[in-house]
Amino acid sequence: MISARVVRWLDDRLGTASFAKNALRKAFPDHWSFMIGEVALYSFLILIATGTFLTFFFDASSTPVVYRGAYTPLAGATVSTAYDSALRISFQVHAGLLFRQVHHWTALVFLAAIVAHMARIFFTGAFRRPRELNWLIGTTLLILAIADGFTGYSLPDDLLSGTGVRIAYSALLSVPFVGGWAAFLFFGGAYPTTETLRRFFSLHILIVPAAIAGALVLHLAMIWRQKHTQFAGPGRTESNVVGSPLWPVYAMRSLSIGLVTAAVVVLLGGLVQINPIWLYGPYQAWVVSSPAQPDWYVGWADGALRLFPGVSPRVFGHPIPSPFWPLLIIGIFFICVYLWPFIERAVSKDGAEHHLLDRPWQSPWRATVGVAVLSATLVLTLAGSDDVQARYLHVAVEYLAWIYRIAFFVAPAVLGFATYWLCRELGAREREHLAGESPWETVRRTPQGGFDGERERV
Amino acid sequence: MSAAVRWANILFAGSLLASLGFMAAYIASAPNLVLGACLGLALAGLGIGVAVWSKGVMPPEEVVDQREAFSSGPSARTEAEEELLAGEAAIGRNRFVAGLAVAAAGTCGVAALFPIRSLGQNPGSTLLHTAWRNGRRAVTAEGVPVKASSMVLGDVLTVFPEGHTDDVNAATLLVRLNPNLLQLPPERSAWVPGGIIGFSKICTHAGCPVGLYRQTANQLLCPCHQSTFDVLHGARVIFGPAVKPLPQLPLLVDAGGYVQASSDFSEPVGPESWGSTS
Repeated sequence: MISARVVRWLDDRLGTASFAKNALRKAFPDHWSFMIGEVALYSFLILIATGTFLTFFFDASSTPVVYRGAYTPLAGATVSTAYDSALRISFQVHAGLLFRQVHHWTALVFLAAIVAHMARIFFTGAFRRPRELNWLIGTTLLILAIADGFTGYSLPDDLLSGTGVRIAYSALLSVPFVGGWAAFLFFGGAYPTTETLRRFFSLHILIVPAAIAGALVLHLAMIWRQKHTQFAGPGRTESNVVGSPLWPVYAMRSLSIGLVTAAVVVLLGGLVQINPIWLYGPYQAWVVSSPAQPDWYVGWADGALRLFPGVSPRVFGHPIPSPFWPLLIIGIFFICVYLWPFIERAVSKDGAEHHLLDRPWQSPWRATVGVAVLSATLVLTLAGSDDVQARYLHVAVEYLAWIYRIAFFVAPAVLGFATYWLCRELGAREREHLAGESPWETVRRTPQGGFDGERERV
Repeated sequence: MSAAVRWANILFAGSLLASLGFMAAYIASAPNLVLGACLGLALAGLGIGVAVWSKGVMPPEEVVDQREAFSSGPSARTEAEEELLAGEAAIGRNRFVAGLAVAAAGTCGVAALFPIRSLGQNPGSTLLHTAWRNGRRAVTAEGVPVKASSMVLGDVLTVFPEGHTDDVNAATLLVRLNPNLLQLPPERSAWVPGGIIGFSKICTHAGCPVGLYRQTANQLLCPCHQSTFDVLHGARVIFGPAVKPLPQLPLLVDAGGYVQASSDFSEPVGPESWGSTS
């Protein structure tokens, strides 16, 4: 076989066989929720592949040109070179639209997979010692992914994305003391400036993806070194790992997940239109589209900007503009996310190593905090599209904003309380179940046609 | 042949056909829909095929790895610490040269930060002024001067200072309304010739264009975060996250009947910042 010769050839030169013989039999615990992170990993690879194709055609320049492309409704309009090249990708480059739409859809899936993966890690306590470092890297990956998504959808320089850049500029401008300088240095001067697009392009295709790739390698190396966590079960202890071998079972499963992820985003990119920049039109700083919504993973920040009331105190005669407060809250939120393993450890006084995962209800307080945070973010995300809802529901957007302002406090409290109660209830059931005989019976049909019951032993 | 293998055969064959279909569609310049459907189905056939095949052919197998302690043990730790300290001692033997090396490296690091300054100009007073001046006429984005008589009651128009249509932060909304409804401070009563009132179009919250006009309520609404401004009361904020009213542009109508400004805006336009009052 070819593979045997490859093993021998490599081993003669690099001594890889002793590593491979153990690595191929490495145990990977089986649970569907352990595969969510893989969806994120494969999404990243698809983003690199589709994005590379797009870079060959995209021109991140603000230089105005007269549009003479295939999309006739815009014929003769003065647009930026960036917008012109994005339209060229969409209408003239063969399969360009497919790549553009797959790229955009994959970014949405990428972020969704990261958030779901992070929720799994959180609710099962997988971040506890010795995995605190990987939680820090994972949180960094989330922030980098949001940054890459935001800089990416700003690039086509259409009306919607340009408005988003302006909001980001104003938010940075609002930071006390350094805001003006920070905004000018980051965006290249007073908004709008021709510098911004080029910078976002460097960030989007080089700096942020390189940082993601680096953090990802560390993330996976640590999982490899520390071995995967597992749920408690027969034969599963704190000192072992029970699961499928890397080769071939786990490798095939992973390959299949990667291919299905690719299939889903390609089908979405082919069949479901996303970000039709030709309908939004080119960016003009004095024009705005309504409704104006960002991609879903920025919606909560936009919602926070909408809901936070106009508060602008003066400090030593200088204003602290109202966009600063949501920005501050988001900053504090991410710091808390980073510190969560250490916060929980300080509160629970549990500094031991954990390789067996909690079921979410086994730590009611953690689940309560998680549900409260998720529901608050959900309220903010919904508030980020309150103008669209107002239009469909035929109510004034002011009412909706007030409902969301109240819901921001009420929903986490109510859902958090419900979670706590549910966890206690499930925990009590579980203890009852473990203490005595199971109320469930396993019924089997015998070959003779009769039935045979067996009470399950716990 | 097991059912799993049969299904896998079907899926892989289907995937192969879909890939051929993609090639044909690409050559025939088929629309995006066909390209995406073919490639998506090819990938789906492969992915589901691999899952079905491996589940059917590969026996469920469990392997057990033992976890070893992460710590390398006290003796290895002590050795590592000693190596570290020995190296540190060698480096620090001549304190002066070590100190100078640290100072040189630090200064070099600071020097390397200086070019960051090239990334942006000094904000200075750039955010405080626009191109509006006394006597500068209002023109549309296409550069056409605006005649006061061309605006009828309820009209809204975006204008710029003549010769400065590229100063987008000078974008101004002209609204013509019944002057008797206006409730402005007395010093602004002369800014509204014939009921034509001008406000900055840049929202004071996050800088979006205040693009929506509720004509019946005389309100300007920002579509980004729903800050709402009351045109009759000097564009004061009546809802949303904005704090400052929209700056007002003092207007005049010249001898030719054209709308012009009598000065820059009443206040700096756009969102406030730490330096925007200095």
